[in-house]
Amino acid sequence: MTTIEASTATAPFARPNPVRPKIGLGRWLLPTYVTIAFVLLLIPIVYTFVFSFNAANRSNISWNGFTFDNWLNVCSQADVCVAFGNSLIVGGVSTVLATALGTAIAIALVRYRFRARSAISVLLFLPMATPEVVIGAGLAAQFLTAGISKGLGTIIIAHTMFCLSFVVVTVRARVLSLDPALEEAGRDLYGSPTQVFWRITFPLLLPGIIAAALLSFSLSFDDFIITYFTSGTVQTFPVYVYVAAQRGIPPQANVIASAVFLIAIAAVLVFQVVAAARARRRRA
Amino acid sequence: MALTALAPAGAGSSGAAPERRRGGLIALALLTPGLAYLALFFLVPFISLLMTSFGINVPDQYGVFDYGFRWENYVDVIAAYWPQFLRSFWFALLATVFALLIGYPIAYYIGVRIRERTLLRNLLLVLVIAPFFISFLLRTLAWKQILSDEGPVVSVLHFIGLMGPQDHITGTAFSVVFGLTYNFIPFMTLPLFATLDRLDKRLLEAGSDLYASPRQTFFRITLPLSLPGIVSGTLLTFIPATGDYVNASQSFLGSSSTAMIGNVIQSKFLITVNYPQAAALSILLMAVIVVIVSVYVRRSGTDDLL
Repeated sequence: MTTIEASTATAPFARPNPVRPKIGLGRWLLPTYVTIAFVLLLIPIVYTFVFSFNAANRSNISWNGFTFDNWLNVCSQADVCVAFGNSLIVGGVSTVLATALGTAIAIALVRYRFRARSAISVLLFLPMATPEVVIGAGLAAQFLTAGISKGLGTIIIAHTMFCLSFVVVTVRARVLSLDPALEEAGRDLYGSPTQVFWRITFPLLLPGIIAAALLSFSLSFDDFIITYFTSGTVQTFPVYVYVAAQRGIPPQANVIASAVFLIAIAAVLVFQVVAAARARRRRA
Repeated sequence: MALTALAPAGAGSSGAAPERRRGGLIALALLTPGLAYLALFFLVPFISLLMTSFGINVPDQYGVFDYGFRWENYVDVIAAYWPQFLRSFWFALLATVFALLIGYPIAYYIGVRIRERTLLRNLLLVLVIAPFFISFLLRTLAWKQILSDEGPVVSVLHFIGLMGPQDHITGTAFSVVFGLTYNFIPFMTLPLFATLDRLDKRLLEAGSDLYASPRQTFFRITLPLSLPGIVSGTLLTFIPATGDYVNASQSFLGSSSTAMIGNVIQSKFLITVNYPQAAALSILLMAVIVVIVSVYVRRSGTDDLL
């Protein structure tokens, strides 16, 4: 730093490389700070993973020694497995529903002009801007008023609702990026509107739709607050964890969470490797 | 809160003109199911919440109420729970600021500093979203155990004398804000990354070519250009943090003295089944958030929320 200042003092217009030296301080400060932040971010994940190997029974708080038993007998705590199964059912069904409904809205929003557009945008935006307790309380109040008993069905209704807006946002971005010329070409070649949609539009939208579905599933899978208001006696995985937290969580819950984590991370990494390989092939 | 960002694209081409007439029906068919669903399960519940909030509890009958117009419900809950209300907004504000202070450098580092190093960049991005893949309840419980009286942090602080034997970390305002901050860092970082990743680096070079110090370059160029990311990141953190009741709950990082408004609503609705009061609290929370968000969005000059 001092040498640079000296040189600028003598010859202010002959700075050899003005950007490089100025980063000097930030060059180490920023990476260090970011590293600490990442360590902080990852500590609880590592903790959860490590404690899935703890030889403990009901309450998995202090370290009792290493064992593979929890991984081998996940369903020895039957309610953990039931809750996990419920989460899969809820996540699967509500993802399909939300993706179908949301994709249709996203296409209509981009492709057609109509009057109530801004009202519709507000309606789509509001669920994302509403705190989950309020959504949960609202649905619970409605189910109470309508006399609907809570269970898997009400959880699916709730999850489809809050995933819907996220699907619209995700797919809409993809529709916006579509080149209308491609569809025009399809029409010029005498493709019927149905053919143009299924042969051109839909395949091009597919990455956006898949991204939206994955987002929906992960939102649904990890949701606790709204679920707790709409679940009644049925437990999803997060509800199980919340209820069990009062008396101690068995390590089997850590096993399921860790396994889901590893599968998701592996999927992301495979996807990135494939995308990188494809990009390299395209360049070659 | 005009959501003007939903601009039509590609509809202006001449080829689309003949379709426009039939378009109305198709658009209707595409929009109706989803919007009807939202109306039925978002708007109607809201109305039923509003009606419940004016309800009258039947004396001596647990969880039973008649519809009516008892606006005093609102007075009652404000009188009884204003500390929890203030605490919620205060905790959420602190968590938002801390998450911004942690998330911004991460997003800047990944999106600007190491933009060209694809492999490291992608790896760090995966690490940012990694917490999403593991139950946030378990992550919060992990912090509870790490910060507990028997945990490593407290032992070390006791040992070096920074904490007295009577001091705790869990169950305090500190641990609740810590948990909220931790849980929302990814929500803050991702929108920030999305804007910083698009930042044209030539602008930064131009800044330093014109003798701006790094500090000036940051405050005059980088920060203003990343404002949209800051707005959506802070909203994605502040709104859910205000209504959160997991971090502040007693079996997680809080105690009865750190209860937030979400804890009150949850226990009124699901435990003491005082539906009118729970509904009044929910409506109030929503109203305050709508006011704060619209002022904030208007002030920051970004109308495009969707």
